[in-house]
Amino acid sequence: MSRKNVIEVRNVTMRFGGVTAVSELDMDIEQDSIVGLIGPNGAGKTTVFNVLTGFYRPTEGEVVFAGRRITGMEPHKICSLGMARTFQNIRLFYNETALENVMIGRHVRRSGHWWGAVLGLPGTMREEKNIRKSALELLDRVGLAAHAHEAASALPYGAQRRLEIARALATEPSFLLLDEPAAGMNPQESLELMNFIRQIRDEFHLTILLIEHDMKVVMGVCEHIWVLEYGKLIAEGNADAIRSNPRVIEAYLGEDVNHAAD
Amino acid sequence: MKSSTAPLSASTSRALTIAAAALLFLFLWWADGSMAEDLGLSFLPEPLNGYEVQILNLVAVYGILAISLNIIYGFTGMFSLGHAGFMAIGAYVSAICVLTPDQKEMMWIIDEILPSLAALHTPFWFSVILGGIVATLFALVIGIPVLRLGGDYLGIATLGFSEIIRVLIVNATPITNGSLGIKGIPSHTDLFTSFLWLIIVVFCTVRLLSSNFGNVLKAVRDDEIAAQVMGINVFHAKLFSFCLGAFLAGVGGALLGNLLTTIDPKMFTFLLTYNILMIVVAGGLGSITGSIIGSVIITVLLEWLRVVEEPLNLGFIEIPGIPGMRMVVFSVCLLIIILYRREGIMGMREITWNGIAAFLSRLGRKKENRA
Ligand SMILES: Nc1ncnc2c1ncn2[C@@H]1O[C@H](COP(=O)(O)OP(=O)(O)O)[C@@H](O)[C@H]1O
Ligand SMILES: [Mg+2]
Repeated sequence: MSRKNVIEVRNVTMRFGGVTAVSELDMDIEQDSIVGLIGPNGAGKTTVFNVLTGFYRPTEGEVVFAGRRITGMEPHKICSLGMARTFQNIRLFYNETALENVMIGRHVRRSGHWWGAVLGLPGTMREEKNIRKSALELLDRVGLAAHAHEAASALPYGAQRRLEIARALATEPSFLLLDEPAAGMNPQESLELMNFIRQIRDEFHLTILLIEHDMKVVMGVCEHIWVLEYGKLIAEGNADAIRSNPRVIEAYLGEDVNHAAD
Repeated sequence: MKSSTAPLSASTSRALTIAAAALLFLFLWWADGSMAEDLGLSFLPEPLNGYEVQILNLVAVYGILAISLNIIYGFTGMFSLGHAGFMAIGAYVSAICVLTPDQKEMMWIIDEILPSLAALHTPFWFSVILGGIVATLFALVIGIPVLRLGGDYLGIATLGFSEIIRVLIVNATPITNGSLGIKGIPSHTDLFTSFLWLIIVVFCTVRLLSSNFGNVLKAVRDDEIAAQVMGINVFHAKLFSFCLGAFLAGVGGALLGNLLTTIDPKMFTFLLTYNILMIVVAGGLGSITGSIIGSVIITVLLEWLRVVEEPLNLGFIEIPGIPGMRMVVFSVCLLIIILYRREGIMGMREITWNGIAAFLSRLGRKKENRA
């Protein structure tokens, strides 16, 4: 319990006109943990991601990341502080190759300038080489080395999901947000994904927050879970506590939650 | 499927590039007639005539202009219609710089030229770069407010900007000589100059765009939201691309002024932007080689289409020439491209030495198989 918090969400409310997508949310996420955010469709989960990553400025409340208030900060600044994410509907750079997609993720950590590339300055060229090399290594890490020179749009769905994670890792995050990473996967693939998420957490020293519908994945991998319904937090705790929580069972109409036990 | 193995080493590619550039300059040396003169060789084939040389020059200058618009539109995805404005700025800055004080005092008859400008007299190369720099400054002034808006505002704002520049040129007589324009600009843009500039511009943009900085621009084009999440300052990337495009448009405008030796505000209407846009779209948005191929085809086509504006005698019937007819034919061509081959000639692909080598080896293999 003595672990430090990576991110603190304090009393965040997000309204769109008359719709309150998120209401008075409080979340503290401990360093090196894998935690989950669940809830029925339209509960406001993706909106929470958009607030954390700087796309929405919360109507009320604030977010503290890596010891800094990031409410109202631009997304690219928040990324440079060490936050990365994937999207529910995959958003790759589709005209670019898999390798280029990951290389683009390296940009935020580079120090050279554009004129260094035009003039071919040795420092910038060395940096270019390193960017390419580390991007290839990341592709290899997610099992896409063979597809490095294929257009992102030509990759199969599962590979696109992994590419999006590799691209996020390229920005050297300390905190990674995954929006429904198991969407469209079969049980076998979901199982592999769970292991993969644990592995990258250890390998890259990450804290991971994931949104997921697949209860098996959520219950299997998350140390702590928050449950949203209509933008309100209705429960939080570890997998066992969530599974036996009557309000959660009600919200999910008793469906998946109990099956996930086996 | 693209193969990752490059058949040629980087040094082979570089050697081939240098060899191609050397060949090009040998050709230009012959084309403008100075090879026969310099070497005293009488057996060389007849060099190109003045008209053909002019078309070659235009190909090079339009190539630069197409690349500059391609950086903005094709590589960064910003629809900008202000190119004629940036070109006008480059052309006027350069012309005022290279004319002698005497020439300027004689030419400015509506209003006297500003004394500080009259005294200005700089080398040609400097005037070209200065033209680019001044165009960049204007790009900053419109880019900073407009690029924050995003979306389609840029097209409208730059179109307006281009018209405002024209009106300013007409009215700022002490600087620009108003609607009379500037005549007698020394014809500095010869074949060597125009193609040297083209090669420098191609070299620098290829270097930039094939680096990860180029990937960043393409990321902004493909998906702005994902680019932001990747830590890219989208506003900076767009402003950079817009200013770089404006700089090269200024350079191209300066070269054009020194090629045509006469400039006036009527030259820099939307039609000029339209011509450049056509080259970029026909060649392929996001392809440098496409822009060059496009500028060759469109420039030659534009000259060749002059035929349709001349009176036509079919023996039994005489059709009078219709001025502007070639723009109609031209627009129909653009429509056909957009309808049937939206990605242009090259799409986003580039012709590279590796590509050519792979193509040749594939061809060779096919022949072997047949034998
Ligand atoms: N930009 C927006 N403008 C208006 N309403 C929005 C916006 N983003 C989300 N919402 C609304 O907020 C609610 C929560 O959406 P979302 O966060 O996507 O849910 P979830 O990811 O949990 O399925 C929905 O009712 C949605 O319509
Ligand atoms: Mg969602």
